[in-house]
Amino acid sequence: MPTDALCTANPHAAADLPPVIVGAGPAGVRAAEALLAAGLAPILIDEGAAAGGRIYQRQPPGFTRDAATLHGTEAGKATALHTAFDAIAARIDWRPGTLVWAVRPGELHLHRDGRAETLPFRDLILATGAMDRLIPLPGWTLPGVFSLGGAQIALKTQAVAIGRQVAFVGTGPLLWLLAHQYRKAGGGIAAVIDTTPSATKRRQILGLLTQPGMLARGLSYMLGLRRAGVRIVEGAMPEAILGEGRVQGLRWRDARGRVQESVCDAVAMGWHLRPEAQLAELAGVPFRFNPRQRNWEPDKDPTGRTAVPGVYLAGDGAGIEGADAAEIAGARAALSLLQDRGRAVDAGLLAALDRRAGAMLAFRHALDAAFPFPHALAAGIADDVMVCRCEAITAGELRAAVDPGGAMEINRAKAFSRLGMGRCQGRVCAPAAAEIIAARLGAPVEAVGRLRAQAPVKPLPAAARSTP
Amino acid sequence: MIWRRRSEAEREPVPAERDPDKHPVLSNLAAIGKISTDVLVIGGGGAGCSAALHIAERGVRVTLLERGLVGSQASGVNYGGVRQQGRHPAELPIARRSRELWGRLREITGSDCEFVPSGHLKLARNAEEEAELVAYADVARQYDLPLRLIGRNAVHAEFPFLGPAVVAGSFAADDGHANPRLLAPALARAARKAGAAIVEHAEVVRLARDSDGFIAETANGLEVRAKSLVNTAGYWGGAIAEQFGEKVPIQVLAPNMIVTEPLPYVVKVNLGVVGGNVYLRQIARGNVIFGGGHGEADPVALRARPLPAITLEALPLAAEIVPMLRDALVIRSWTGMDGQMPDHIPVIGPSRTTPGLFHAFGFSGHGFQLGPAIGAILGELVLDGRSGTPIEAFDIGRFTLGKPP
Repeated sequence: MPTDALCTANPHAAADLPPVIVGAGPAGVRAAEALLAAGLAPILIDEGAAAGGRIYQRQPPGFTRDAATLHGTEAGKATALHTAFDAIAARIDWRPGTLVWAVRPGELHLHRDGRAETLPFRDLILATGAMDRLIPLPGWTLPGVFSLGGAQIALKTQAVAIGRQVAFVGTGPLLWLLAHQYRKAGGGIAAVIDTTPSATKRRQILGLLTQPGMLARGLSYMLGLRRAGVRIVEGAMPEAILGEGRVQGLRWRDARGRVQESVCDAVAMGWHLRPEAQLAELAGVPFRFNPRQRNWEPDKDPTGRTAVPGVYLAGDGAGIEGADAAEIAGARAALSLLQDRGRAVDAGLLAALDRRAGAMLAFRHALDAAFPFPHALAAGIADDVMVCRCEAITAGELRAAVDPGGAMEINRAKAFSRLGMGRCQGRVCAPAAAEIIAARLGAPVEAVGRLRAQAPVKPLPAAARSTP
Repeated sequence: MIWRRRSEAEREPVPAERDPDKHPVLSNLAAIGKISTDVLVIGGGGAGCSAALHIAERGVRVTLLERGLVGSQASGVNYGGVRQQGRHPAELPIARRSRELWGRLREITGSDCEFVPSGHLKLARNAEEEAELVAYADVARQYDLPLRLIGRNAVHAEFPFLGPAVVAGSFAADDGHANPRLLAPALARAARKAGAAIVEHAEVVRLARDSDGFIAETANGLEVRAKSLVNTAGYWGGAIAEQFGEKVPIQVLAPNMIVTEPLPYVVKVNLGVVGGNVYLRQIARGNVIFGGGHGEADPVALRARPLPAITLEALPLAAEIVPMLRDALVIRSWTGMDGQMPDHIPVIGPSRTTPGLFHAFGFSGHGFQLGPAIGAILGELVLDGRSGTPIEAFDIGRFTLGKPP
């Protein structure tokens, strides 16, 4: 259901305007391709300088490593997406380096190089992707601590390792893929510490077998790391990142409760991803809680449609499903848009996309169960650990904000404590903060809600001036 | 219209985070049933929470019903100015009284709500605006509000962060600023401690009066009976007044607020300009908070949004008076809903139709500073029948009895 007229009444609902796509990753590029194929040239907007998204991020100009070196087993898909984009780039309205900082009904507010612009839209595909989900640990603000995604981008776009001896900690496919990529690139690995026990993963084997190729690739990363003699620990929990002024080690507790330390000069950490859904929220799309992933996500149906007419979602910005599913979802959302504009679409293509999307769902559910978010680790963060880095708010200060007479949901806890009020607007700390609050209140995590988004969704230079 | 219970079909689905039935604590509320009390306060902003506090402190039973959380609208999401300078002369006695309470806020509520008595500097950007500052200084003198007029050279010498557009200033040393998010909750906590019942997530869907007094019913099944009713419902206070035959021309007002990332802490005074198209303060941790213009609001759907175009208009206005802002990043914008009266001053005082009903609403975008004193005045009106603070100018009769404002 639409939330209210303030969000959803689009004054351009019948205007002759090109479709707008935000995000030029796997979902956005495939959506643009499908629209163009139907004769409707879209406007494609991305914050980055080039298309490809975070997963298939391109190197800066002048960098010459080949796709196989950069993307390894994913090189074929990366190249295919880049080729698809290059084939349509000249025929669409491509706007790189552009931030969409606010959404109102029928209008996007853009910022690029100090110039602000209002872009009217009739229909909009949001393919805004995802970012790492982190758990604050003692020492996580030391120089040398990166998210898994950040460490991967350093490697694949600039051929830079985050350290000479890197400890990888977290859970999920990206943990293993990244450790594998570092090993292949010749980087030193101090340890790979997966918070999920191997038995938990093995229990999902039937579901994972629905995509045998993906399962085989994942197993090969694990096997390759083991064969190379990398220290691998499963079912362990990190306790602290150690060091004075820089990362010098990682302390963790193994499955049998023994405290151990790994010497390292950098840490890459992450527990899956969380949708970047602020624009969907500002566009008026209702949210739902995904209990398998313990994430809030904007609500869409399998065709990419939302409760807001003319607003479509695709890719990880609408729930974490991975890059392959994002390519399908992008094309599918474009077909929905075409249908809603009264255009004929190829029924066979529609059915094929839906079949492929459905086939990936069982794998995704198994993956979610195979690498669960260790919410107790987040809920149990010690009082003196900084949770919100932007505003320097500790777990103890957050707990004080929800103690008797205080806040009973996360937005009020933000108002009382300042958590989530800084540059990142809670994009980094919100998942852990919600777990801390829920544990303190004895409530399920979904009952404490999610931080509301406000424009600008990312920092906007005060020097920005409207284009005349 | 908001006093009619909406049918299931008309009601928007409640997001899980706001659904009382799914909330671990709120779900108990439905079981409370009936409350019989002396005074019912509707609306948990600064004025309502302060009223509950002042009434409870006199040993009188008081229940406050708040549709959402206390301080969710105008008094919780405003700019945070604690300002007497520039007010309508009729508001100055209330503002003086409130300033005294602000100075004792920690003693009264246990929290100072980050009140900083920094002074308020009102700026002129041309000769015409400077003449207004001079004229107002004469008015303020009559109300014991000491203002210091500062000429062009002196204002730049004393406040070197100001931009060249500033030609003069008027300084109110007694004014300051505070964190609006903290005020209503702090007053509510103090009121609870004094014995008041503060009930959140209690949307009044039916309101009536019979020979015993007032009866309010909430959407979650609570029934409150009271001898007196205090209407501190902000914009929605207009609907309560109308319910009792006092229709007033109130409009919704949503100030457009902006905050930057932390910058070096140099703007240590609360800044305003003649005409009010921009106002700006900096907190000790460095963020600069400024406002100017209005966002959009839908008071039925309970949604208010800042407007991107208004945000973009405010940026150069702010940078004109404080040029260091040109290099800053804006990290958030927000707004909330207040009620605006045509003469830009609130309705305060007893109802002209209904014995036992007292109004204080329509603060027209500048009620935050007044909140603590409004509660004290309402307490006196309800319990003593009169207040020592003059409030005649705010009589609801100026709209309902055909008197000139």
